[in-house]
Amino acid sequence: MNTPIDPTKTRLLMDCKHARPLIGCRFDPSGRYLFVSAEDDTLQRYDLLTGEKTPFVGHKSWVRGLAFSPLRDNSLVRLATLPSAAVGSAAIAAREPAPFTVYSGDYHGNLFWWKGTAGAAGPVKSISAHEGWIRAVAVSPDGATVATCGNDHLVKLWNTADGKAVRTLDGHKCHVYNVAFHPDGTRLVSADLKGIIKDWDLATGKIVRDLDAKVLHKYDSGFAADIGGIRGIGFNARGTLLTCTGITNVSNAFAGVGNPLVVAFDWNAGTPKPLKPTEAFQGTGWGVSVLADGTVIAAGGGGQGRVWFWNASDGTNTHAVNVPMNARDMAVHPDGTAFALAGANGTCSIYTMMVGSAAPTPPIQPKKA
Amino acid sequence: MRENVMKPCEYACQTEEHQISRRLFLGAAAGLAGFTAPSVAKELSSGQKRMLVIFLSGGVSQLETWDPKPNTDTGGPFRAIPTSVPGIHISELLPQAAKRMHLLTLVRGINTAEDEHGRGATIMLTGRRTEAGIKYPEVGAVASNLLVTPNRDLPGHVQITPGGGSGFNKEDAGFLGPKFASITLADGKPPADLLRPASISSDSDREREALRQKLNAQFAQSRRSAQTDAYTESFEQAAKVAARAGAFDAGREDPKAADRYGRHDFGRHMLLARRLLEQGVTYVKVTHTNYDTHHENFDFHIEQLSEFDRPFSMLLDDLADRGLLQSTLVVVMSEFGRTPRINDRYGRDHWSKAWSVAMAGCGLKAGAVIGKTNANGTAVTEREVHGGHLFHTYFKALGLNPTKNFYPDGRPIPIADPKAAAISEILT
Repeated sequence: MNTPIDPTKTRLLMDCKHARPLIGCRFDPSGRYLFVSAEDDTLQRYDLLTGEKTPFVGHKSWVRGLAFSPLRDNSLVRLATLPSAAVGSAAIAAREPAPFTVYSGDYHGNLFWWKGTAGAAGPVKSISAHEGWIRAVAVSPDGATVATCGNDHLVKLWNTADGKAVRTLDGHKCHVYNVAFHPDGTRLVSADLKGIIKDWDLATGKIVRDLDAKVLHKYDSGFAADIGGIRGIGFNARGTLLTCTGITNVSNAFAGVGNPLVVAFDWNAGTPKPLKPTEAFQGTGWGVSVLADGTVIAAGGGGQGRVWFWNASDGTNTHAVNVPMNARDMAVHPDGTAFALAGANGTCSIYTMMVGSAAPTPPIQPKKA
Repeated sequence: MRENVMKPCEYACQTEEHQISRRLFLGAAAGLAGFTAPSVAKELSSGQKRMLVIFLSGGVSQLETWDPKPNTDTGGPFRAIPTSVPGIHISELLPQAAKRMHLLTLVRGINTAEDEHGRGATIMLTGRRTEAGIKYPEVGAVASNLLVTPNRDLPGHVQITPGGGSGFNKEDAGFLGPKFASITLADGKPPADLLRPASISSDSDREREALRQKLNAQFAQSRRSAQTDAYTESFEQAAKVAARAGAFDAGREDPKAADRYGRHDFGRHMLLARRLLEQGVTYVKVTHTNYDTHHENFDFHIEQLSEFDRPFSMLLDDLADRGLLQSTLVVVMSEFGRTPRINDRYGRDHWSKAWSVAMAGCGLKAGAVIGKTNANGTAVTEREVHGGHLFHTYFKALGLNPTKNFYPDGRPIPIADPKAAAISEILT
């Protein structure tokens, strides 16, 4: 049963602080841990039950791609079970975490495997996956395959069990910015700098079709440079809607003067629908997702930070939340009641949308590392 | 040394906007001129000194080029890679330049203390800050004025810009006067109206020129002045330039050279620069734009530097292979560098307190680094220099004495800022 949420009741639940600006964030499949990546090349794991912060050290460059497996049979930690009084208690800390693997891809092209529940140990496996940056990582619904994409214009599939290469998907003509598996596991989408989304058949490795999100790219002739790219991507749970986000209407590439935009595709028809913020916000959309009730949520930043909500069926921007950070990434908690924002200010803030009697009493703060 | 750490940024080079005109190059195959004949190069190398400035407009990041600080709070995501000179590392965004470090000289301790684009450019191009009451000449005008140029048929001071309009820039020669001002080849295209319009026959052209000369002579009999002489000379110069119009056509170069330099605008501009230098043009400045990366510094530097790296390296190779590097001073400069601090939009802002310039040729100590910044690049810690030091160094390398004076209106003005001196450690 879904916990009731109301985006208009969004409020801060918890701040997870780090000394350096953040790049990305993801909740593990159980919902117990929040992982963030930072400009100091580290991953940081925040245990939402105990408040403990654990560094994962090994990368030598920035990490933007984060994903997990297995995705099934995990005991979900609901944020409603996080009363502030219980944080740090022995009873809660003793709960046995479900084992899972973290996959992280860095800007030197290396893909790492980590034990998600381990302490501050190093990676259990690493491979040189791409020439140049890995920009995104995704795991297949069955947990058997991890997909990576990057600046070498390629999408690559790897066996999660042993790290062996499964297939290379070669079709993009520029840097590939994002990748996502369709929930049914038969297709994968990859999205590039120029707003081209390729729909791949995973059984054959062939391109089924291209989806057009070119509105999220511009060649700025004044600066002689490309700007844009699909910075965030995500399906809804049923796989009927594909959303992506970035920047559009760019008038000055090097100052980042443009507007965030979400493009939502009807998956079967392939038809796009632009989802625009009502306000004339300047900046880039960095993360997008679809909540259980069909609401599209995106976050981004420019001079300021914002979170937007849309009714996907009619394109109405139903609500916006002002956040005190340039949000460089967004992740929705597995229980669907909260989201995290990775801030350029070094803080990953968790906001809850939960309403009703089960709603937690914010804010609760994790312990210092 | 790891080869080609970052894949060449194909999206930068293959976009329509970056593509050069294929017709231009295909058409060139019919008319390969002999400007690059080894004998010409040998003759040029024997005496004339030349200068090539590559101006990375907007302010290139020293951290993404010549002075990387990986794995520090300011370093960003890129690696530092080894170069052809043991112990010297530069950014992985310059894999081709890294292989030619033995030809380069890096100045890593620049502090120009000026974070505004126009004033920063003035410091770098004139070696001085802007002063009221005097307009100092840019380095190209000074070079054009002072260097021996056996072939005066072509202008001595040429700029190749990515866009804008072609024409003369009478202001950039300052007190040296318009004779030494630059001519701009916008997008590498020849000066507008260089050639006689097809609607005017050669006979008609000769007749109108004869009439102009006759009227000119009559006028000069009673009212000749320096201004009328300069006016007359401009026609003569224009006629010489028109007769050498092919010098401005990079399309006449070997298509294989165009392939090596890269089939994009900057590749074509650098090939044109080589052609002009080989023709005997004293000073060529090529502008590559744009590096003013307040937003997405890292993505933009991937794109821009992947376009810069190969043609720059090919031109270095060609100058070295043809024996011209010993008489050609090459300088890669900007108006300033970029902040070590990474802003919240992944950008870097203007930063003049600790940045770098790369130079090559003309007897500079190759494979050397002078100056040093601290661990995260926020301050110069050794051998701090500014634009005045660089200006002195350029002209010392070119075999001139920058402490001598110009005498505009009879007033002595030192060629270079007398409060500075050349960076002697990199001069041989």
